[in-house]
Order: sequence, then C-alpha cells, then structure tokens
Amino acid sequence: MSWIRIAWRNLLAKPLSTGLSTILLAFGVGLVSLLMLTERQLDQAFRRNIEDIDLVLGAKGSPLQLILANVYHIDAPTGNIRLSDARQVMTHPYIEKAIPLAYGDNFQRYRIVGTEPSYPAHYGMQLAEGRLWEAPFEATIGAQVARESGLKVGDTFFSAHGLVDETDVHGDLAFTVVGIFEEGQCVVDQLLLCNIESIWGVHEKPETEPAESSPPADEEQAPTEAPTEAPTETSSDTPAPSPRAGAMRIGPGGVVMGTVGPQTGGKDPDGDREITAVLLKKRNPLAVLTIPNLLKETNMQVALPAIEVNRLTQNFGIGMGTLRAIAWLIIALSFASIFISVYDSLLARRYELALMRSMGASRGGIYRSLLWEGGLLSVMGAALGLIMSRLGLWVMAQLVADAFHYNLAGMELMWGEVYLACGAIFVGLIAAAIPGISAIRLDISRTLSDG
Amino acid sequence: MIETHNLRFRYSPQTPEWTFPDVQCAAGERLLLLGASGSGKTTLLHLMSGLLKPASGQIRLANTDWSTLSGAAADRFRGRHVGIVFQRPHFVQSLTVAENLGLPLFLAGLAPDPARVRELLEALGIGDKAGARPRDLSVGEQQRAGIARALVHRPSVVFADEPTSALDDRSTEAVVSLLEHHSAQVGASLLIVTHDNRLRDRYPRHLSLSPLTSDSPLS
Repeated sequence: MSWIRIAWRNLLAKPLSTGLSTILLAFGVGLVSLLMLTERQLDQAFRRNIEDIDLVLGAKGSPLQLILANVYHIDAPTGNIRLSDARQVMTHPYIEKAIPLAYGDNFQRYRIVGTEPSYPAHYGMQLAEGRLWEAPFEATIGAQVARESGLKVGDTFFSAHGLVDETDVHGDLAFTVVGIFEEGQCVVDQLLLCNIESIWGVHEKPETEPAESSPPADEEQAPTEAPTEAPTETSSDTPAPSPRAGAMRIGPGGVVMGTVGPQTGGKDPDGDREITAVLLKKRNPLAVLTIPNLLKETNMQVALPAIEVNRLTQNFGIGMGTLRAIAWLIIALSFASIFISVYDSLLARRYELALMRSMGASRGGIYRSLLWEGGLLSVMGAALGLIMSRLGLWVMAQLVADAFHYNLAGMELMWGEVYLACGAIFVGLIAAAIPGISAIRLDISRTLSDG
Repeated sequence: MIETHNLRFRYSPQTPEWTFPDVQCAAGERLLLLGASGSGKTTLLHLMSGLLKPASGQIRLANTDWSTLSGAAADRFRGRHVGIVFQRPHFVQSLTVAENLGLPLFLAGLAPDPARVRELLEALGIGDKAGARPRDLSVGEQQRAGIARALVHRPSVVFADEPTSALDDRSTEAVVSLLEHHSAQVGASLLIVTHDNRLRDRYPRHLSLSPLTSDSPLS
C-alpha cells in the first residue's frame, strides 16, 4: 500500500470523471504540441529550400506562386520566360549564381526538371549511386522519387505531360535513369533532374526534327557583356517584346511546349527557347533593388523567397494563433475538470478521509494522496497528448505527401514540448492542491459522527 | 491501557461544557460505557482516541499523555495504539477488503503483514471475501471486517462505538464475543460505548454517562 496506489485506485474507481479529465488535458496538450511540431516542420522545410536563394526570376504573376512553384515545386508555375531574356539577368554582375529551371512534365506526379548540375550542388546533394546526367534524356532522380516509384539506375521511363496528370504520356522518348541522389531533406528528393535540352526535346520532337538537330543552346556563348547595358540589350535583342503568342503554346501547367516556327536558329543562339524560372544568388545587395527595375518592361519578375515565405507563414500564423488559443482554452477546461474531479472526490470521500485520519494518516499524507490524483491524471493526459500529436502529424504527413509529395518527418521530442508537459503536470497538481486544502481542514470528529 | 482524569470539553464557547467521569481500563481489561443518545458517548470516545482535544483534564493512553502529542506525531501515535470499531463500518470503497485491512498498518507506518490480514479474516469467517469490494459485503460481514480492521495492527486500546445497535440479539452476541476474544488475544483494553442495555448484563464493569453531569461513580 502506498499513497500513489491509493490515489490510483481512487482514479480507477471513477473511470468516467478520470477519463474526461485525461482526455481534455490530452487534447489541449496534443493540440499545442501538434502546432509546435507543424511549425517546426514547416519552418525547417521552408528554410532549407530557400537557403542561399535570394531571388527567383520567372514570368509575371503572383510572386508567392512563383516561389512555391519554382523553389518548393508545390504550385503551378506562373508561366514561361524566354531564355534569351533571362540571360540578361543571369549574367548581371550583381548576380553570383544563376540556376535555370525548365519543367512541365511529370513522372508519377513527380516533376521532371531540366536544370544544370549547379542545382543539386546548391543543396549539397550527394549521389547515392550512378552519376549526374550528361546527355539529353538522362536523368538523375531524388531519393524519394526512387523510393516511391521503384526506379533504379539503368531503368527508363516516359514523362507525362503536365505536372499532375499521368495520362498524357510522351510515349516516344524515354528517359534513362543514370543516377540517384542521397536523401537531402530538401525539394530535390522529390524531383527527377535532367538537362534543359531534354525538356525542350520532349516537346519539340513531335513537331520538327530540324529544331532538335540545331545544336542546343551553348551557355558559354550567351552574351556576357557589360552588365549596365543589360536593359538596352534586352530591348535590342527582342525588338517586339515577345508578343509571339502564336509561336508557342503554354500548356495547362505552364508547360514549355517548345517553339514552332522557322525563327529558331536566327541570330540569337537561344532562339525562342523558353525556361520556367531561374534561381538567383546575389553578389551585391543592390541586386534586390536593381533587378526588378530591369524587368519593368518585360514579362518577367523577380520574387524574394525570404519575403514570400514570411508572408506565407504569417498567414499561417493567424490560423495557428487561433488554434493555439483554442488549445489553451481546452487546457483551462481540463484544469477545471481536474479541479472538479478532485473536489468531487473529496466530497464523496470525506468520510473515508476522516477514517484514514482516525487510523493514523497525517494531514500531509491525505494531501499527498490528493496531489497524486491530480499528478497521475495530468501525467497521463500529457503523455497521451504527446502521443496524439505525433499521430496527428503522421496523418497530416500522409495527406500532405499525397497532395504535394511533401515529406513531414521528425517526431522527436522538442524542448518546447517538455516545457508544455511540465506545465500540464503543474496545472494538474494545482488543480488538485486547491481543493486539497479543504481536506487538510477536515474536522475528523464531526465527519465521523455524521457518518 | 487508558485512563482519564477530570475530563472537560466544550465544542464552542456558546455550548455548555461536558464533564466526564474518570475512566480507567488496564491492558486486557474491558469496560462498558453506557449512556443515552446525547450523553456525550462519542465525544468521550473521540477525546480518548485523540480526535478531539479536551478543554481540561488528562488522558493517558499506553502510558503517554495525549497532550504531549500534536500534529503528525499524534496521528502516528493514534495509528499505532488505537483501533476503532465504528457503528456503521465505512471502508475505502476503491480498495478491496484485504487492502482495507492493510490500510491501518500502512497508515501507522508498520510493515505490511498479509499473513496477519488473512488470519484475521479467516478467524472472523470472511476469509473468502478478501478480494471483494466492501460494498459487496452484507451488513454482518461489514461489521466483522470492521472489527478485523480495528485489530489488525495489534493496538493498545480498542474503542467500539455502538457496535451492536443495528444487530439482532444473536448477531450482537456473536459480535461482542469476537470483539472480546480478539482484543484479549492482542492484549488490548476494550472499551465499548453503547446505549444497548443488552450488553449491560454481560459486563460486570460499566460506567454510566449522563448529560452534563460531572460525577458518575463507577458502579
């Protein structure tokens, strides 16, 4: 026999009240903990992917969409931009690094992104096996893609048109997997990377062989002249600022359809080649001010990932704040519930408590047994809450993974949760301690006489 | 053993003061305290078991003056030396009968003694109820379990408060016999407080309480 055992048996003797108190506290703790976990997850996922990306260049439209589409690959792109136009920005002296991206196809809903080796290098991706792509229609794929699709080095696959639809397969041109990346905890895990020519190739092939035969854009020959001339050069290179709507088609998902027409191969080595976006790292802080000015007259824009992500998380924040308020309300309710439970227990067991006093129990002993009741309740509630929040996160991860191929892992206990659990246990103890005072004041003689 | 001397008590300054006759009961002896309702029987019992403090006078129990004890020490002393059989035996309902019998040992800070608990339950004829909930026992069984609980820790003094008021003649006989037998076995003084005249004839020694009188001679 011990005070904790007596407390435990008393809790078991009133399962409904005990269950209600425990569940209320578990919900409160679980909700707060779930919010903490989600925030950490989102924060990690968002921060990791915008590391060292200062600007994203893309077609005009929602800047947030531009970021979501091109950095996180969870939204449709805003449109396409002409490579020749993009070059003006990519070669700007304020820009240290420029990573072009071109995409519009998917394999089992994972995006096939044409880019340069600097893209995986930017995220520090390591190869698990195989090598990086070199020739067109070679692909190096992310770890999650490999895991989910079962693709191995040497396998071939066909791309499907669009970013989400798997029905319209480009059945004539097969990609070959030449390498698989190690898990990088970033967006590359969910992508199939190839060179940009492959993307163009997929969409040009059905139209004209000559377009394909003309040598792919030679990056080194792109204009690298004086940066200050960039704006004027833009206008001189493209006399008509791309009203060639007839010459190209943009698919539903902002898909690069390649170009149709004889203009290709003119004076501009990039011709009408289009890409989706360019990730930029600035060399000079002024880039943030200068580059947007360069783009005023074009169909392009730059967006700042840091600002857009902040805006997004602030929007989340309002919802999170509401949920958090609800969670604290539930915790307050559970406080009331434990309070009532212990108080009720006291009223119902006044005689039992007096009896125990008459058998030698001290005031302290009685008080301790009541504290144990509150303590046990809150420990169970807090533990259940932390388990529930992990279950909740897991369910959310499944849902989010299905929708976006986004992976929310990381169930390890956070310090914030330890504080939360301690706080919940403290709440339970206080809720028991207050009614417990009346147990200390209990008049044993009178209670026994009345019984 | 228990002895009181010049005991006076009042619940509040507004209420009249009780004056109690001196009580003396050596180890192994038994004493009947007779009195009508309102004669202060239970008050005297609570005074002697240290649940109430007298306004004046002395109470010695197991050679210790109650007035020298207070707080947790008094609680512990009561736990060790006093066993009380209540009129209607209440139990801690969330515990089994056997656990309720283990409670006095735990509360008095004594080592658990399952063998003693079992032996007492057997001796009182409720050995098969050890694992039952107290509320599942009949009134008679509860009364016997109450007696067992008052004796399990071998107290110096056993107080029985109206132990027979709810019982018929046969059960009364049985309960009192059990009380006497087991108190004698542990060498405890047995004080039965009652208004039940059926017991008067059994007891050569009895003390009559009358309301608010100061002197009731031992008869």
